[in-house]
Amino acid sequence: MKTARKAFRRYHGDTDLAVLKPFKFSPAGSVQDLLFSRWLSGFSPRSLLVVGLLFCLWPGFAMAQGNYSFTQALDALWRWLPFIVTKGFALNLLVSFFTMLVGTIAGVLLGLGQISPLRPLARTSWFITQLFRNSPWLVLLFIVMLALPFEIQIGDTIYPIPDWLKAVFGLSLPIMANISEIVRGAIISVPTGQWEASESLAYSRNQTLWLVILPQCFKRMIPPWMNWYAILTMATPLISLLGVEDIVTLSRQAMEAEDNHPELLVPFFGFTLIIFFAYCYPIARYTIKLEKRFVVNQ
Amino acid sequence: MTNNDWTPDQPLVSIRDVYKSFGDLEVLKGVSLDIMKGEVICIIGPSGSGKSTLIRCVNALNTIDSGSIKVEGLEVHDPGLDKLELRKRVGMVFQQYNLFPHKTALENIMMAPLKVLKQPQAEVEERAHKLIKRVNLGGKESSYPGELSGGQQQRVAIARSLAMNPDVMLFDEVTAALDPETVNEVLLAIKDLAQDGMTCILVTHEMGFAREVADHIYFTDRGVIVEHGPPATFFTKAKDPRTQEFLSQIL
Repeated sequence: MKTARKAFRRYHGDTDLAVLKPFKFSPAGSVQDLLFSRWLSGFSPRSLLVVGLLFCLWPGFAMAQGNYSFTQALDALWRWLPFIVTKGFALNLLVSFFTMLVGTIAGVLLGLGQISPLRPLARTSWFITQLFRNSPWLVLLFIVMLALPFEIQIGDTIYPIPDWLKAVFGLSLPIMANISEIVRGAIISVPTGQWEASESLAYSRNQTLWLVILPQCFKRMIPPWMNWYAILTMATPLISLLGVEDIVTLSRQAMEAEDNHPELLVPFFGFTLIIFFAYCYPIARYTIKLEKRFVVNQ
Repeated sequence: MTNNDWTPDQPLVSIRDVYKSFGDLEVLKGVSLDIMKGEVICIIGPSGSGKSTLIRCVNALNTIDSGSIKVEGLEVHDPGLDKLELRKRVGMVFQQYNLFPHKTALENIMMAPLKVLKQPQAEVEERAHKLIKRVNLGGKESSYPGELSGGQQQRVAIARSLAMNPDVMLFDEVTAALDPETVNEVLLAIKDLAQDGMTCILVTHEMGFAREVADHIYFTDRGVIVEHGPPATFFTKAKDPRTQEFLSQIL
């Protein structure tokens, strides 16, 4: 009897309550340790202030010797700022929202496909997942940009496909593959006893999945899901390489309009960096907060 | 496959010459036993002797390699078997309770009759309330499994299984994961059930309990039934040296 309890502890951790465990990929360590958002949220707000101040002061010294002053560069940034934010950064956010939406829907389906008892479906889903998880995002973007038509004809009307929409499809592929792995991981992390108990209560496989397993997966999928959202948002400037008018493209256009002074580089791209940080840091903090709350509730 | 020819005077569960191996490991090597309606049997034996595998085969959680298992005439390992028909008849309680952590105690009990058997809500709810009182957990209806002790969870698991109105209950070392002080409350619930005429197959290490409730005791070792008999003779007049050795260690 003692050994049985020991085995039970090893399997369920230090509690004998049948509770939800934090989502783990491997027994070696919690996947949360690897989360980008956890790393990001590790910075205290005060340390950020110090880094931010240093960041603002440094170019002032470094660029002081040119005939185009740092103050002039900041003036230029100030003039262009509304344009860059409302036209450029807004597009980055739009792309991130749609990509996450498409990627999540496709990823959930693909993840369910991976655990399907139908072997061909499971193998195919696995292959698609691995293919897109292990491909460079930029290459996927190029392929989608070039492979998709720039307009489609339905009936007599011709609908142009905007570049940003194509970018959404391109970025959705790796997001889909990673969400697929999150879903699969969350499902297989539910103890097999849950499947057996459901089976012995005459639930069909689908009933077990939808009534018993997936409701338990939902919470443990949220932190990694938000982590991927942060990573995705940070990857959206990639689409500037394809000519989509995102924040980076517009910043470069603004700098060109300001005669391409090299002194413009640090303020403009520095601003881009800060605005992404300002957007992603709260998400990272919130992810951690959610994780903690779920742990308490469990 | 049909159970038309089954009558209550035949064994409710009939296990005939069952063989089962996991890879190279032979777990069951020709096990046969019969359980009549209303009978309570205990399967005891050292770890790894195939006890759990045997009862998991009875409700088709494990497959068998050869032989036959019949529950009310239903051939359990017939590929054409309607699993729903089998599992309506066979309830099972596990060592690790396996309650659904996202549902309350009452929801745990009501879910299968509602969703699987599609029984009316009011009827199921009434039955669930009765069952939860029967396992002495009145007042815990809206508690989540995480808020209950191991013994309480296990009693909810028993009630959950009973909600399907099974004809036979399987208990797979249901007290092995419990704290000693909660073992008794679970055993009491099972005893109550047994005295009510429920057909029970128990795999257990609780010898005192086996002696008290069982009509018949089977001792398994290395995949075979070494010896069996009613508790009065089994515990005092065991003939096989393996049984004697096991009993001397455990009693």
